[in-house]
Amino acid sequence: MSDRFETHQHDVLIVGGGGAGLRAAIAVCEANPKLSVAVISKVYPMRSHTVSAEGGAAGVIKPGDSLDEHAYDTISGGDWLCDQDAVEAFVKEAPEELLRLEHWGCPWSREPDGHIAVRAFGGMKKMRTWFAADKTGFHMLHTLFQTSLKYDTVIRYDEWFVTKLLVDDGRVQGAVAIELMSGKIQAITANAIILCTGGCGRVFPFTTNANIKNGDGMALAYRAGAPLKDMEFVQYHPTGLPFTGILITEAARSEGGYMLNKDGYRYLQDYNLGKPQPKPVLRSMELGPRDRLSQAFVMEMEKGRTIKGPYGDVVHLDLRHLGEKLISTKLPFVRELCLKYQNIDPIKELIPVRPVVHYMMGGVHTDINGATPLPGLYAAGEVACVSINGANRLGSNSLPELLVFGARVGRAAAEFASKHTTPSAAILAQAMDESRRLRKQLLEKTGGGERIATIRDEMQKAIENGAGIYRTGTSLVETVTKLRELQQRYRNTVLDDRGLTFNTELIAAMELGFMLDAAEAIVQCALHRTESRGAHQRTDFPKRDDEKFLAHSLVYRNADGSSRVEYLPVKITRWPPGERVYGEPSQTKDAQAGR
Amino acid sequence: MAETIQLEVTRYSPEHDAAPTFQRFEVPYRKDWVVLDALNYIKDKLDGSLSYRWSCRMGICGSCGMMVNGEPKLTCATFLSFYAPDAVRVEPLRYFPVVRDLVVEMTDFMVKLQKVKPWIIRKEEKSIADGEYLQTPQQLDVYKQFSMCINCMLCYAACPVYGLDPLFTGPAAIALAQRYNIDSRDQGAKERMDILSQHEGIWACTFVGECTEVCPKHVDPAGAIQQYKLTAAKEWFKSLLMPWGAK
Ligand SMILES: Cc1cc2nc3c(=O)[nH]c(=O)nc-3n(C[C@H](O)[C@H](O)[C@H](O)COP(=O)(O)OP(=O)(O)OC[C@H]3O[C@@H](n4cnc5c(N)ncnc54)[C@H](O)[C@@H]3O)c2cc1C
Ligand code: SF4
Ligand code: FES
Repeated sequence: MSDRFETHQHDVLIVGGGGAGLRAAIAVCEANPKLSVAVISKVYPMRSHTVSAEGGAAGVIKPGDSLDEHAYDTISGGDWLCDQDAVEAFVKEAPEELLRLEHWGCPWSREPDGHIAVRAFGGMKKMRTWFAADKTGFHMLHTLFQTSLKYDTVIRYDEWFVTKLLVDDGRVQGAVAIELMSGKIQAITANAIILCTGGCGRVFPFTTNANIKNGDGMALAYRAGAPLKDMEFVQYHPTGLPFTGILITEAARSEGGYMLNKDGYRYLQDYNLGKPQPKPVLRSMELGPRDRLSQAFVMEMEKGRTIKGPYGDVVHLDLRHLGEKLISTKLPFVRELCLKYQNIDPIKELIPVRPVVHYMMGGVHTDINGATPLPGLYAAGEVACVSINGANRLGSNSLPELLVFGARVGRAAAEFASKHTTPSAAILAQAMDESRRLRKQLLEKTGGGERIATIRDEMQKAIENGAGIYRTGTSLVETVTKLRELQQRYRNTVLDDRGLTFNTELIAAMELGFMLDAAEAIVQCALHRTESRGAHQRTDFPKRDDEKFLAHSLVYRNADGSSRVEYLPVKITRWPPGERVYGEPSQTKDAQAGR
Repeated sequence: MAETIQLEVTRYSPEHDAAPTFQRFEVPYRKDWVVLDALNYIKDKLDGSLSYRWSCRMGICGSCGMMVNGEPKLTCATFLSFYAPDAVRVEPLRYFPVVRDLVVEMTDFMVKLQKVKPWIIRKEEKSIADGEYLQTPQQLDVYKQFSMCINCMLCYAACPVYGLDPLFTGPAAIALAQRYNIDSRDQGAKERMDILSQHEGIWACTFVGECTEVCPKHVDPAGAIQQYKLTAAKEWFKSLLMPWGAK
């Protein structure tokens, strides 16, 4: 064993090569070219999930728009749970960062005269969303990755998987990681570590998130003693394909698509969303706010009026009446996705859809520079909670968040790293322990008999039942109990794969462990927040309660593995809490944006 | 009722096997399942030790390229129904060293990609305060197609030149070099040209266009290579006339 043990040393270690991680890496190089920067990623950086974002990135650039308006849209959309100082920094720096990406070669879509083009986006009252055709995340990620190649001081560990953070003397000083190609378990030490590992959509059964989004960074931080923040806020998108989670954009509904239940009935009319008209009407029926559409699905399911599909309940999105011509000219991408990835032709067939988990508002608790309360540990991107997203993220705010806070965290970590020095000896001992644990508990374990896929399926079901679109105290307590049972059973998983070379089953086992911790954090926060706000809807506490809960949930892990939830007041600078009107169609409700 | 389909999958572990073998699995057949779904079924239910890469299952991350019945394919965009009821053979991408089962070694591409300098090169950088570089939709269209590459490696697995000569920079890396060469914001074409012309591989490309045919993103790497050859020839000619170096 020890013969396989190697260590690497860097000034700053970035875990994650998505939009946030790559922006952070470049920021460290720019802040201090002398620092050695490592980027470690379980997939090649350009495979990171940032690649799949389609819609766009918000940043004020056009005359007639203002930073204050972007800030207000963000804060009201977030149901006043955003930290307003962070939002102010965010809206100010977003256009600069998007421009920087333009200078680095991002193929932003343009106006005829060559200026940046912007489009409208749900919840944004002015047009301010930059886009690169319908592949914004893809182009941003490849631009960042290709640009990062020009910095010699960035050392990449592609297809390495981080299993644990090493903490000594109250400071994070390194990580243990497995090189997939060789199966070697190694320690990488650093004066500062930045987590940029993305979200945890895979905790849920139906999600737009890729296979790699397992809450790794959230669990790593949580286990190391850093708190997670606002984990109960999980964003759904109302129309995803059930099996693949592929997102069918709102455009399909704005062009006139119908949502039908099992009787072919436009059921949204039963949920206070207006009366059906043959032509689409803004803010009514199928064009109602996204959260309301997701909620209507649940109620329809409870009435037994959804369709039982092979992957669970669905409703139908019907585009057939729009005709081939309109579908192929106005919705070519929707048709392409259905044809290419689900083998369904929307010109002739009904599209099965259901609400799917899309984005995590919560994450590792950080300050405005990405610093966590644990010295030496930083976080940015979807894994982090600064928080600019509050109780509900506005569509197209996440991509610019990667850039703004990726850059900020890079600068902050560079400064911290310059002031601290080499890791302690205790760190290496810890690393050896972790390496032994991985072998004993996973690679060499015999007996047991639980399969990873079984526990994963049960976890996903449990969290959907307890902490899905609607939550109650009772359902949450049941899920807590179920998760405990699964944690126990997780210890009995055995692997079919005992090999060292590219053992993806070993990785899946560790990802499952991370997801169980993320699930626990989500459920605990949801249980303790006895109010409804943004994406967190408690049927037993249907009202927002600013007296008690104008505050962030912070969930800590206790030494015995149990958790505790504390609260931190929201930072209000200029926008006192207002009403985020429900019931009547209004602009703020569109803030339930989902891309 | 439950229909099934046979999958023949390459198995290889460098720790145990001298050479790759095939293993047969029977999996449920479903109209909406792609080859990747069948592999996931095997991994979840039948044999957890099967190794392959995937992530997005929407044809954009570029991880899941494999040979399906002898052709390079994104397995997340290749339906079983295309082959049913016949068996489907899944192998690792051709011309790459195999790491394990369906996983190939692609470090070679990563090194080549960096070599062609796929980033904007300028003599003078504009400051952020001065705003964006203007670029009309027409100027964008010039390089747009080459910027769509997802690095899936299907074109390498289809390229006869790469098959014979692994030193060849290859379709995707050349397309990406060309993507920057013809971006109106870039001034690095000369620098990249020097790198690309170092190896004769590019001249060996006979423009049969297999790469373009298999590309799932319509990048047209063969077109990029052809374009590049023309420019390179011109540059070379200019350098003969102006020995101090052409712009
Ligand atoms: C389908 C879809 C569409 C979207 N559209 C939009 C949009 O239009 N606009 C918008 O603003 N937002 C959009 N979003 C949200 C946005 O894309 C994401 O929030 C964002 O890209 C996350 O980026 P990230 O850098 O934080 O993480 P990711 O891009 O997910 O990267 C995570 C990185 O961490 C690495 N990693 C994770 N765990 C480990 C580990 N244990 N060891 C080593 N490495 C690890 C991974 O390899 C990867 O490199 C969309 C999201 C989805 C799913
Ligand atoms: S050029 Fe096409 S086939 Fe080749 S790597 Fe890029 S996307 Fe894949
Ligand atoms: S899984 Fe991402 S391209 Fe196929």
